[in-house]
Amino acid sequence: MDLRIFGDPVLFDMGPVPVTETMVTSTAVTVALTGMAAFLGHTVRSRPQHWLSVVAYLVVESFDNLVEEIVGRRHTIVATLAGSLFLFIAGCNIAGQLPGVHPATGSLATTSALAVVVFLRVPIAGIRTNGVWGYVKHYFRPNPLLMPLHVLSELSRTLALAVRLFGNIMSGHLIVALLVALAGFLVPTPIMALDLLIGFLQAYIFAILSTVYIGAAISAGEE
Amino acid sequence: MTDQTIIAIVAMAGAALTMALGAMGAAIGESRIGAAAMDALARQPDEASSITRTLFVSLAMVESTAIFCLVIALILLFANPFTGTPGG
Repeated sequence: MDLRIFGDPVLFDMGPVPVTETMVTSTAVTVALTGMAAFLGHTVRSRPQHWLSVVAYLVVESFDNLVEEIVGRRHTIVATLAGSLFLFIAGCNIAGQLPGVHPATGSLATTSALAVVVFLRVPIAGIRTNGVWGYVKHYFRPNPLLMPLHVLSELSRTLALAVRLFGNIMSGHLIVALLVALAGFLVPTPIMALDLLIGFLQAYIFAILSTVYIGAAISAGEE
Repeated sequence: MTDQTIIAIVAMAGAALTMALGAMGAAIGESRIGAAAMDALARQPDEASSITRTLFVSLAMVESTAIFCLVIALILLFANPFTGTPGG
């Protein structure tokens, strides 16, 4: 029975760096997504009328609209980040459905790294829009006494972002492993379909929440 | 009864209690969200896409408390720092 919750087996060593299974899986997803993006970009440039180009337009347009609804105006950089997060997380979750592959997002290291990216992106976006003072000022609103609570909420929502994704994907994979061990074939199929839905939903929620956090930092100075 | 046995019993009981209480709170909260979303959908069917998006986001945020409980229960069971078997 393949019950893996917190561990991450080391496959081989590359010099002083141990290469774990999660690193291999996430690198494979990254390479696949980059290749797909390069191919679609080439198709859009060479054959704009082709149906693949239309699919690419639709995907980019939907991310742009999502960011516009949340931030309040079109913002290409935030849309790029949200789209990359969504596609990477969804790609990792789908890759976890392949037999023998553990989803890279089912490891706390991957999800913490993604959450730290969002955590660092929030002040960068706020400072680029409002200036250093304009951004720092919102920590002291409505009262300077609340500054520790602002900082605490930024830290705790980063932790929540990481643990939510990790817990959902890891528990889905664990339930499928338990069902395979208990009941065998065909019984876990509906749960695996649910896992696929949850994978997309969690990727969507991660992208939405990071956009909401960055959008709040962008509009921090407009009060 | 050795110390290790007592720790194992307490960890299992703690994991079961964590999961039960955590799932209960999340279930109550999610049912309230679902009821409120259906009410809003019945009143304003035109806003269906916006309501559905907010519904999914809030469901996932409420669900995450139950997921935190699950992670803590699994830590108690498989990666308990006091049982001397780290890593699960």
